[in-house]
Amino acid sequence: MNGTTFLGMPAFPRAARDALGDAQLRRNLAEATRTIRDKRAEAVGELPDWEELREAGRVLKEHTLRHLDRYLLQFEERVTAAGGTVHWARDAAEANRIVADLVRRTGRSEVVKVKSMATQETGLNTALEQAGVRAYETDLAELIVQLGQDRPSHILVPAIHRNRAEIREIFRREMGTGAVGDDPADTDALGDDPHELAEAARRHLREKFLRAEVGICGANFLVAETGTVVVAESEGNGRMCVSLPETLICLAGIEKVVPRWQDLEVFLQLLPRSATGERMNPYTSTWTGTADRDGPREFHVVLLDGGRTATLADPIGRQALNCIRCSACLNVCPVYERVGGHAYGSVYPGPIGAILGPQLRGTASAVDRSLPYASTLCGACYEVCPVKINIPEVLVHLRARVVDDSRRRPLPRLEGLAMAVARWALSSPRRLAGAQRMAAAAARLLRRDRPIRRLPGPLAGWTDARDLPVPAPESFRTWWRRTHP
Amino acid sequence: MTVSSRSAAREEVLARVRSAVGDSSAVEQSYAQVPRGYRDAGGGERPWEAGAPQTVALFLERLADYGASARLVDASAAPSAIAEALAGRSASTVVVPHGFPEQWRAGLAGVRVLGDDPPVGLDALDAVDGAVTTAAIAAAATGTFVLDGGPGQGRRALTLVPDYHLCVIPADRIVRSVPQALARLDPVRPLTLVSGPSATSDIEMKRVEGVHGPRTLEVLVVAAEPPPEDHRPIDDPAES
Ligand code: SF4
Repeated sequence: MNGTTFLGMPAFPRAARDALGDAQLRRNLAEATRTIRDKRAEAVGELPDWEELREAGRVLKEHTLRHLDRYLLQFEERVTAAGGTVHWARDAAEANRIVADLVRRTGRSEVVKVKSMATQETGLNTALEQAGVRAYETDLAELIVQLGQDRPSHILVPAIHRNRAEIREIFRREMGTGAVGDDPADTDALGDDPHELAEAARRHLREKFLRAEVGICGANFLVAETGTVVVAESEGNGRMCVSLPETLICLAGIEKVVPRWQDLEVFLQLLPRSATGERMNPYTSTWTGTADRDGPREFHVVLLDGGRTATLADPIGRQALNCIRCSACLNVCPVYERVGGHAYGSVYPGPIGAILGPQLRGTASAVDRSLPYASTLCGACYEVCPVKINIPEVLVHLRARVVDDSRRRPLPRLEGLAMAVARWALSSPRRLAGAQRMAAAAARLLRRDRPIRRLPGPLAGWTDARDLPVPAPESFRTWWRRTHP
Repeated sequence: MTVSSRSAAREEVLARVRSAVGDSSAVEQSYAQVPRGYRDAGGGERPWEAGAPQTVALFLERLADYGASARLVDASAAPSAIAEALAGRSASTVVVPHGFPEQWRAGLAGVRVLGDDPPVGLDALDAVDGAVTTAAIAAAATGTFVLDGGPGQGRRALTLVPDYHLCVIPADRIVRSVPQALARLDPVRPLTLVSGPSATSDIEMKRVEGVHGPRTLEVLVVAAEPPPEDHRPIDDPAES
């Protein structure tokens, strides 16, 4: 198992159509992405050397991936020397098993978690639950998602699809029930001011932080040269999770490694400005193994493959592994802005999700086969990407891969048939004219001027993702001949 | 998880990496070719910027942008500024880590001071009115200061659990840029980079100050004594 798509997830086109029908969702998204787009543009515009930083970031990532085995071994050696333990996981299931075993060994049944894409990718919370361990998400947006029994829809702001009123309802419902162990008295009076909501989250989690014995985190960067782990965050929940517990377990993809400490001078400039549009995120914690009298006494890193080496093997697709999860590409994407993150069917939505998901998981499922098409190829994502991932290039490449896969299937596909017919019709003016007359006749027969939402029978596939304009009652050629005798 | 399955996974992942990228020789040479045309690569060459008036002004401005209250005081006025800040919070008990500069301690006369030696328990820490520390280094361009657990900074929990953090920073520890700051840090130490008070943008992408970390951050920058003669201008104040 290499990470999963959300259970029973339909392919992108159908999920997108459902999402497009949700006016509230579209308003929430449009508002939030506009805010963050403007902030990012301002923060980036402030740096005269932004392009040089991007180029350095890109080359550093490329270099690291090229020598990934060396850097992983170096990282392992330094972490071990500093008192930590490194584990390796071939896939999501193995990673979850390692983490669950480590937690079990502490004898605890509760853990506090910092938001981490890797643990979302492996479905760690569910795996822990099955092992009898309760995982508390501590990032505000993750908490909203967890309490709302919802799914994340954005890399950085997983609850971006919720507005303040909805969040208040979730908090009111979930924080006072006793199931989450809080005083019900306060939650009734809860308003929808973001300050108040943040305060509610603070009180809700404080006890859990103070008595936490095991923390689980991801990593933004792993420094090979020193064995240092870097976690960037905003709220202080990350500091709580990496500082207060006795045991800290970090689950990170193997592509998170960077060669040297100095390289952080590039990434710590690129990441916050691209992510939240801040010059720097409020808190970044770094640690190297275990420190005397400060922080966890036991420290584990689980390095996850989970389809990354398969991605690495593709010379064009591998650039997706450069990603530093800033989510700038989501915020500028016209498709993401309209359909939201859920339609992408996995924890990585938006343009990066469309190129990363099908590579990490392969293209066996309908949703993964449809993801490379979830884009207009407008190129906005490439322009903002702080590590210059050419997302449109990878999308086109993956489309070709999906088509190649389907060519290998024994039965002729309708699309292939249609193309053969088109080739035949377009190769002669006489045939084209005939075809156009037939289309016009069909249109008159349909007697409609609204676009066609759904074609019948096997042609339905075409209208899954688009409306079909009704053919003109008269072709240009016929009109020209009629009006220019 | 047995040792043998652990190393089997390790060998397999490494083998997959190797077969994906092919031979990976010449690491050093290839690393040296990373283009570093951005400013201050490797720490830069402008040591005079550390503590310069423009650098300090930029730092204060950037901190204020984040909603931290920040001001510059003369060395002689540092103790009274500390006392004033604590009085402003009506603080009666604060935690002050070992190694906090003696010349500033007069500012703590009006409050009960916990020294974290022996370590203060988490519940007690949760009950204090604030933490008073210094910082290892600061980067003006991003309004960031860094705690490295060294003298006067203490372990991480001290500046995390209390709801108020007063950080007193000598001006000469303020450099201009992020690369300059990182170059002066020891990565082996437990580091925390702090840029303004705890915040979130998780609700409608609007920044709200104050979630789990200290909700109020106050910074006092203490000017060097005597004030530096060298008012050499910064060549390219591109970020101001
Ligand atoms: S692909 Fe680029 S822009 Fe998108 S999240 Fe990753 S680093 Fe950010």
